[in-house]
Order: sequence, then structure tokens, then C-alpha cells
Amino acid sequence: MLSADRLEWVGGWGEVLGDAGYVYRPSTLEGIREIFGEARAGEVPVALRGAGCSYGDAALRAESVVMDLSRMDRILAWDRETGIIDLEPGVTLRRLWRFVLGDGWWPPVVTGTMETSVGGCLAMNVHGKNNWARGTFGEHCLEFDLVTADGALRTVRRNDDPETFNAVVGSFGMLGVITRARLQMKKITSGLVEAKAVAAPDLETLLRLTDEAKDQWEYVVGWIDAFPKGRKLGRGLLHFARHLEPGEDAEPAQTLRAEAQDLPEDVFMMPKSAMWRLIKPFTNRPGMKWINRLKYFSGATLGEGAVYRQTFAEFSFLLDYVPNWKRIYRPGGLIQHQSFVPVDKAEAVFRRQLEACHKARQPAFLGVLKRHRPDDCLMGHGLDGFSLALDFPVVAGRRERLWQLVRTMAEDVVDAGGRFYAAKDAAIPGELYRASFREDQVERLLALKAELDPCAVLRTALGDRLLGN
Amino acid sequence: MKTTWQTALIVGASSGIGAALVKRLAAQGCRVAAVARRSDKLENLVVGAHAAGGGGEVLPYVADVRDAQSVPELFATITGDLGGLDLVIYAAGVMHPVQFEEYETVKDLEMLRINLSGAVAWLNPAAQRFGRLKKGTIVGIGSVAGDRGRSGSPVYNTSKAGLHTYLEALRNRVGRYGVKVVTIKPGFVDTAMTRGLPGLFWLISADRAAEVILKKARKGVVTAYVPGRWRLVMLIIRSMPSFIFRRLKV
Repeated sequence: MLSADRLEWVGGWGEVLGDAGYVYRPSTLEGIREIFGEARAGEVPVALRGAGCSYGDAALRAESVVMDLSRMDRILAWDRETGIIDLEPGVTLRRLWRFVLGDGWWPPVVTGTMETSVGGCLAMNVHGKNNWARGTFGEHCLEFDLVTADGALRTVRRNDDPETFNAVVGSFGMLGVITRARLQMKKITSGLVEAKAVAAPDLETLLRLTDEAKDQWEYVVGWIDAFPKGRKLGRGLLHFARHLEPGEDAEPAQTLRAEAQDLPEDVFMMPKSAMWRLIKPFTNRPGMKWINRLKYFSGATLGEGAVYRQTFAEFSFLLDYVPNWKRIYRPGGLIQHQSFVPVDKAEAVFRRQLEACHKARQPAFLGVLKRHRPDDCLMGHGLDGFSLALDFPVVAGRRERLWQLVRTMAEDVVDAGGRFYAAKDAAIPGELYRASFREDQVERLLALKAELDPCAVLRTALGDRLLGN
Repeated sequence: MKTTWQTALIVGASSGIGAALVKRLAAQGCRVAAVARRSDKLENLVVGAHAAGGGGEVLPYVADVRDAQSVPELFATITGDLGGLDLVIYAAGVMHPVQFEEYETVKDLEMLRINLSGAVAWLNPAAQRFGRLKKGTIVGIGSVAGDRGRSGSPVYNTSKAGLHTYLEALRNRVGRYGVKVVTIKPGFVDTAMTRGLPGLFWLISADRAAEVILKKARKGVVTAYVPGRWRLVMLIIRSMPSFIFRRLKV
């Protein structure tokens, strides 16, 4: 019997999905094995959890053991000459970049928040604003140690066993616990990037400028104002950035200090910890419509064409400017729908998505566009195309309509040969998720699951939903 | 704000108000764990819920509320099987007939074990769980009989008064976390417990009682008399000075 003392409410980051789980926080390999043993004896499933940054139900399962790996956060080895680092899964990107920066290195792929964990980044095979240029997080992993539900430990190397490697990376914690990851960092000569902002008056221009920029700039990200209709539909702002070349930064030793990267304490003269309270009264359709409009016009006038320098952290971790910004969506929380669509169909699909949002009277409060490339991950979301991430508030009484909207958009994505992002998902029906892959991909994952976890100990609400358990 | 429940646990589910609560919740699409001693009665509830449709499901668990030792493990099993727990109702209760001059300690203590100790055994883990998760509804089926100490049934009155006080204390403990603790005080309900008793009035069916109880629990009221007219009656009875009350033939 699991101890009632372990019972906690375990929620998704978006504060929409959550359940009661028996939370264990191991700090060692032996601790992990003990938990697996206890779970097997009690025939209770185990859901893996990193930093809890997945928006939906990826790191939770009702009445199950939740293995929270955040205490396994040691840096095990670091070679400042080669930039190769060995880490435990609970190390956050915040800890990682602050550790390697001083030696002139940077994680080659980072998420929009620095609070994600290395284990979570591998389990979801996350991407950053440089997906076209650098691929996914998993592409910079050389090897990892994997503990399966029977307690067995194996080292999986990309070069020796690419099939298992690429199946585990991106398998949202269904195959085993990564207890050590070896990552290759990227060499940098400055703590700054050179960035440029450009406005696009419509969706077609936004996609064209993004595509043109992808080979000139390492980082390319677009923000979409999802409120306008008609010819202004899909208007937005693009931000490009590149690392500085040797010699461009007059004081590299200064900019490579972790303290020099710290995000500003105040935003618009307000303590950033209080910002969400200021924004919350405007978190409704009229309010967000005006905020989006204001952002677009200020970008299109004051910021248009501006070239400026920023620290890596300032450019990379936009989601950390306003701590706890998700609270603006309380009490209902938020979901995000991020779909990946091939280049030739992206404009039509995204146009239909934005129009569907208007028709359903559910305009997205935030929209983000990125350019992607295919990856080797078995259940990867990468393809040669674009992704559009749309944030929706969840409001009591309108939830079913929102879920129907997500379904409608997802059906269109599948028809276009697109993909979805498990880290963000909370609402896509399993049959549509599976239909976004070739049949043999899902079969291969399930076969590997049967081989590595024959008793199906590792389960999450997301896994049950998407894989149809 | 009204509450919706997807999962519920009814202790004392085989007959009377408990069985009626199971049927109503299952008919509303709820997954209900039904705990009682009599497996045949539980099986009838499972079959009945299935036949009635409504989308709900009844999961039967045979257990004796006098066995407090077995509760923690069974409680954990039930929450695992249900996949969560939103509502717990303690409906188990007995009222042994006692003669006016009868002092049968064994019989009296058994009443306390079923009506009060059993409630403590089942509602303690529920309160601990709901308090930690900061959500959930606990309902205890007390009685109007618990409002005064009648000469005719000293221990039954005591068991229900104890239950009321225990529920109030739970409410004071976990109410601050958003957990609802509802005390239900039914009057005369047409069940096996009351059948054949003299002097019954305002008799309502178990199904009607269950309907009102769920309505009150959804609203999260603190104390509800069922039916509501008992509130006024009991206000008068509770206000009655002791020297007058002891002269009444009740």
C-alpha cells in the first residue's frame, strides 16, 4: 500500500489538468530502483516528472506514483575544453547555462523558459528558437543512462544504438528514466546576441520573412497577433538573432559572466514578480485584443528594423520576464495548441486555424511562430515546415467548445501531414496524435515499450491519452 | 458554486439512504464505490446501475465498518480503483430497539462502533486526503435524534450527536482548505431501520432523502435537515429547557 503521506495534488503547468498522485522524490539511482520495486509490488503505475513545465498531463497520472526527479540535479562531469557535460536529469537549463557560460559555452538548444529540466527536455525532445539551425535538444545529446522499470541500468549511445536512442528521446517518459545525460555544449565567444526586429502586416509576409531569415540568422521567432481578421489576419513581429563573431564583443569576459545575463528585476518600473497581477485584469478578449494591438503597432513603428544587442538570457528566455505569468489565466488556466505543418501547406492551415478561432469566438491570446526541420526522433514533432503555438484561456462553461476547436484544428493538421508537440498538449484526441505518424512508428514505440517495460509500469495521463492505453 | 462529482464513495451502501445515494449518483454518471457488509445487496446495486444506464458505474467492496483496522488499505484501494475521489458519504448506521429501562451495554457499544467509530475510521482518511489536495466533499448522515438526549434511545442519540460534533470539528479542520463537510440530519425516512416503529410522521422515501442530501451537499451547506421543515421543529426542541424536555414522553 502506498503511504497516504505521499499524496499530493500534481498539476500540469497550464493549471488546467491535474490529479492526486503519490509523489516520490528520489536523489539516487538506488532510490529510483526502490520506488520502481514498490510500484511493481503494489501494481501501481509510475509517472515520471521533471520540472513540471509541460502544459498538460505529461507528468501526472491519477492515483499513481509520481516520480519527481528534480532532486537528481547534480552536475557529474564537465570538460571545459570539449564542452561535454554529464548531468543528472533534474538539472534545470537555468543551472546548466549559468554553469557553462563562464567557460565560453552555451546549451545549443534551450526552451523559452530556463526552468525546464534536462530530463524533461530529452523526454519531450524540446526545440528552441533555432530549430532550423540546430535541431532539437536530443540532437546535442551524445549518450544517456537509462533505468527501466525492472531496475536495470543501461547506457544508450547515439552512435552505438541509434534506434533505441532515438526512440527514448521524445518518448515522453514511456520507456525508462534517464539518470545521466551527456550533452555537447556550443562554443561561444560572447554572452551577447545581435538581434533584429521586423514587422509583418499579414500571415503570408510573416511566413515568407521567417523562411528568408532562417539561413541568415541562427534564431528566428515570430509573434502573431491572433485577433485581426481579413487582410490583417496573422500579422505579427519577427525577431532574429545571431551569436557575435570573435572580436565583435569588446568585453567578452564581462558578458560571459552569469550575473551579466540576469533578466531585469523590473518591467516597466514594476517589480516583475507583481507583473502578472497588473496584467490579470486585462486577461479577457477585449483586454488582450488591445494589448496585442499595442504590441504590434509599437513593434511596427518604434521597433521596425531595429538592430540591437541583448544577452543570451534576455533573448532566449522570454517566458521568464514575468514570473508566474500563467496566473493571469486563473482560475481556469490555459492550454496551448502547437501544430507543425509542412512548408507548402502552412499558410493555408494556419489561416484556417486563426479563422476557426474567430468563428468559435475563442481567439488565441498569444501566438508564436517558428521554423522547423525534421529530426531523427521516433516520435518527433520535427518536419520541414512551420509551427504555430496558440495560447487559449480555459473558461468554465466554454471548455467543451475549446476542446472541440482544438480537435477541429488538429484534424486539419493531420490532413496536411502535420505533427503535434506532446510537451504542450492537453487536449488532442489520441487517434489524431497517432494519425500524425506513420503506423509503423507508433508500432515500433509500442514494441519497444513491451520490450523495456513489459508490465507497463511507466504510464502518464498523456501517454494513456495519446497512445490509447 | 455547485459542485460536480465524478467519483464517490458511499459507506453503508447496501440499503436505505446509502443504497439510494449509490443509485442516484450512478444515474448521474458518477463512478461510485459502494461499501457494505452484504455482498448480495451490493451486487444488486452493480446490476441495477448497469441496467439503468446513465453512464455511471458501481464498484462493490465488502467490508464491515466495525473493522477499523482494514480501512486505510481499503480506502487506498478504492481511490486507486476509482482513479480519484471527489465525494465521501458515511451512511452506515443502526438503531437497535431498546426498552425504556434497558441498559444493554454490548448492544449499545455496537451502535457506537457502527454509527460513530466507523465514521471516524472512514472519514479520517477522507479528511486527510481532501485537506492535502484542497478539494473534496465529506457528508455524514446524522439524525434529528442527535440534537437532544432522549430517554427512549440514549446511545443512538449519543452516537449521532457525537457524529455531528465530529463532523463540525472536521469542517473546522479542513474547511479552510476548501473542503466541504456537510452534516445531514434526516427526520423519519422509510427504511428498514424505521419500519414498524410507532408514531412516525413526515415520513419520506429513501430516494427522496438521497435527492435532498445530494442537493444540499452540492451547495456545500454546513448542516441540512431532511426534509427542511425539521429545522424549525428541532429549533424549538433544542431551545426547550431541560426541565421541560425531560418530562416529555419521547
